[in-house]
Amino acid sequence: MLVNEKVAIEHGLKIDEYKKICKLLRRTPNITELGIFSAMWNEHCSYKSSRLHLKKLPTKGKKVIQGPGENAGVVDIEDGDAIVFKIESHNHPSFIEPYQGAATGVGGIMRDVFTMGARPIANLNSIHFGSPQHKKTKNLLRGVVHGIGGYGNCMGVPTIAGQTSFDSSYNGNILVNAMTLGLVKKNKIFYSKAAGLNKPVIYVGSKTGRDGIHGASMASASFDEKIEEKKPTVQVGDPFTEKLLLEACLELMAGDSIIAIQDMGAAGLTSSSIEMASKGNLGIEINLNKVPCRETKMTPYEIMLSESQERMLIVLENGKEDLAKKIFDKWNLDFAVIGKTTNTKNIELFFDNEQVANIPVNTLVENSPLYDRKWKKSKLPKKNKIKKETLNKLKIKDVLKKILSNQNICSKEWIWQQYDHTVMGDTIQKPGGDSGVVRVHGTEKAVAATVDSSAVYCWAHPLTGGKQVVAESWRNLISVGATPIAITNCLNFGSPEKEENMGEFVECVQGIGEASKYLNFPVVSGNVSFYNQTKEIGIKPTPSIGGVGLIKNYKKMVTMDFKEINNLVILIGKTEGHIDQSLFARTILDEKNGPPPEINLFNEKNNGESLLNLIEKNYIRSAHDISLGGLITALSKMCIKGNRGIKLNKSKNLMNEIEYLFAEDQGRYLIEIKPEDLKNVSKILEKNSVYHENLGVIIDKEMIINEKTKLTIDELKSYNRNWLKNYMSA
Amino acid sequence: MKSSVITFPGSNCDRDMDVALRKFGFKNKMVWHNDIELPKSDLIVLPGGFSYGDYLRCGSMASKSRIMQSVIDFAKSGGLVMGICNGFQILVEAGLVPGVLLRNKYLEFICKNVFVKLDNKESIYFKNLDKEILELHIAHNEGNYFCTSDQLKEIKDNNQIAIYYCNKNGQIEDEFNPNGSIKNIAGIFNKEKNVLGMMPHPERMIDQSLSGEDGSLFFKNLINNIK
Repeated sequence: MLVNEKVAIEHGLKIDEYKKICKLLRRTPNITELGIFSAMWNEHCSYKSSRLHLKKLPTKGKKVIQGPGENAGVVDIEDGDAIVFKIESHNHPSFIEPYQGAATGVGGIMRDVFTMGARPIANLNSIHFGSPQHKKTKNLLRGVVHGIGGYGNCMGVPTIAGQTSFDSSYNGNILVNAMTLGLVKKNKIFYSKAAGLNKPVIYVGSKTGRDGIHGASMASASFDEKIEEKKPTVQVGDPFTEKLLLEACLELMAGDSIIAIQDMGAAGLTSSSIEMASKGNLGIEINLNKVPCRETKMTPYEIMLSESQERMLIVLENGKEDLAKKIFDKWNLDFAVIGKTTNTKNIELFFDNEQVANIPVNTLVENSPLYDRKWKKSKLPKKNKIKKETLNKLKIKDVLKKILSNQNICSKEWIWQQYDHTVMGDTIQKPGGDSGVVRVHGTEKAVAATVDSSAVYCWAHPLTGGKQVVAESWRNLISVGATPIAITNCLNFGSPEKEENMGEFVECVQGIGEASKYLNFPVVSGNVSFYNQTKEIGIKPTPSIGGVGLIKNYKKMVTMDFKEINNLVILIGKTEGHIDQSLFARTILDEKNGPPPEINLFNEKNNGESLLNLIEKNYIRSAHDISLGGLITALSKMCIKGNRGIKLNKSKNLMNEIEYLFAEDQGRYLIEIKPEDLKNVSKILEKNSVYHENLGVIIDKEMIINEKTKLTIDELKSYNRNWLKNYMSA
Repeated sequence: MKSSVITFPGSNCDRDMDVALRKFGFKNKMVWHNDIELPKSDLIVLPGGFSYGDYLRCGSMASKSRIMQSVIDFAKSGGLVMGICNGFQILVEAGLVPGVLLRNKYLEFICKNVFVKLDNKESIYFKNLDKEILELHIAHNEGNYFCTSDQLKEIKDNNQIAIYYCNKNGQIEDEFNPNGSIKNIAGIFNKEKNVLGMMPHPERMIDQSLSGEDGSLFFKNLINNIK
């Protein structure tokens, strides 16, 4: 096939980019080479619109062993142990084919983690769907949940936490972000940097088929009405093979045969081979006839661009081929020596004894396009003036019922019951809490993880929204008694070619950076997903933050369920009555404008660290952070989970009661303590200048908000637990 | 007491079972599916997971793997064989216990705690257990036990029903049946009661920090009964 501008454009390249390729090569590329360039230079692989801004994120810290740039980030959890983790998007494929899209998203992120030598110990996910009334929503939700479960359950890795939201901005573009944590010994971490000349390059795992060709390019384009035609670009997952691949890789990794290893994810053999060569400043030569293929007559172009799943590329030490082959034979996996490292610094491909591609590696990586896209700064919206009469007309009980049964607050048990969350026998906090927690097998330690996003806040004011998501992640970890260590981010946005969307991206990243720097909560891995839009309609900006923290003694883990009658409930953090952008404003008042709640990083840090201190001193019986739905929503959840009630004290402040109960001011937690500890707890909080209120006392089976407003725990449960179940069975 | 856990390709509760057996005093060995001979054992366990991906019928490929002939011989000679979850499916496919396991009634994977009532307190697996109702954990997609009415009559006559899904008071009703199993059956014996297949995972309930501790009761009692 002749290559020209038209063919280049069909590959998703811009004219300028095509001209640059010709200039770099000093000739016209052939079709295989063009395919390779298009795969490496698309947004998904090259980060061409985001690189400039991602550089500003804080990525270093005392606990950081590996920051962004590898298959996943790695943090130190002491005693020679480390946690490898990352979050990644699989949005576009999941919209086209929800089961396989979500399943392969989970498979891909687990591969990223075990490529580094870590055994996956927990999965999380953040999934976002269109309005519940939209005709596609129900099937997409069902398909995605089945897909996530189908893959993770078969792998035998517990899915311990997640987040699900519904918003009409995802009607034409759902989000599926999958996160995995793995456990590794600090001195047994594997990297993707090739080293040494004439080292064998090994292909292991599944055979290569024609599935997923140009998947990464699809993920770098907007959707239109012809989207269904792209179904063949969605990869097909085989979790069984991945389970074998995991065990085989870990078995090989126990020895010292591997120099470098890289999974074949987006852009398959192309990106994996180029990445290893680029990091090692080497060349790679591959004989494509040696690649195990599932289908006949596959062309070099197809072999290089296939995104068949469950494959790995390994650079081995010389002479270790037989040993490695034996392991992969045992696990019934393909094993082939397909090439070697060279000193040419080129990627050279051979097929039927002919050279079919010869490209300098640096042209694909360092010389890939870099754009400083135009972006629009957003203004902080003006505050709404909410009339007191409007609020006074509302009955607390009616409002609470609507909020607790709202699709974004209600119990997501229907979802997480379909995920195996207890396999591996170390899950000590199941989904539905502030963070999922798994023990570090055979030790006293536990790792907590949470995934969060607040698209509405980010949409209203990206800078504040970006900070808020990081702060929420931090709070969710602290609420279970974990010391926050680091985050991974999955940045889901619309088209970077639109100034508004690019502005949302730039300012969200800035917010994330500011908060993670202040909280000493660095970003160690992540991924960017642009073009989440159908025609001209983009999604609300949705950065998902995956946070990881350490609990040194798992017996000190805290849960949110109220424990004991007569214990006291204390509110940490100040309530200012911020209603704009709250769930209350949007669903009850139908008010969509206004600024999101302000983030005061000093208070976040101070309140959080003070709470950790109280947990360390064993004062905390239960804890929960306050987020969407405000104070009363958080209290309701603690009541529901503990099957206990609360009697609220008469509030001393002059705020309207509705505002007080439903405001979404940040930096707040609810804690349960024993009455006899009140004095000591207050003393510590006062010493640290932490604002706190004595909120009420735990009673049996009833929530007494004021003299007129009382609800039984069963009422709260019925509001909260039924929406999703009913929706899915209707 | 010696136990062996068989690892099939795709097994994923093999380690959990190993941890549980060791915790309660078994000297456990892991056995690869492709082996021919079993180590000397007082108990063989087929663990949960997705053997061979469960791509054909759950458990059917595994039931034909090399080690299974030895497991079948061991069972036929009276040895104790226990299959949990996928292991139960393998036992059914191998013909060691009667019936089949269909897809869950609501077509969804279920992972949650359930209550089960033990029947047949004379069997070596349950005798001397103080509790009759245990809280255990299930995690499966194909746990919907089914058999023909003739088979049902036979297993009832032979006292082969091992455990039922129930509520915390031991009531065996439809509403406490998580997967549509006939008669709420969660586990079943062979005629001789030396082979036990069950969907719930006792190995996931072995300490206070996990979903519960009723699994501990089961294992502690089991090793004492075997001694």
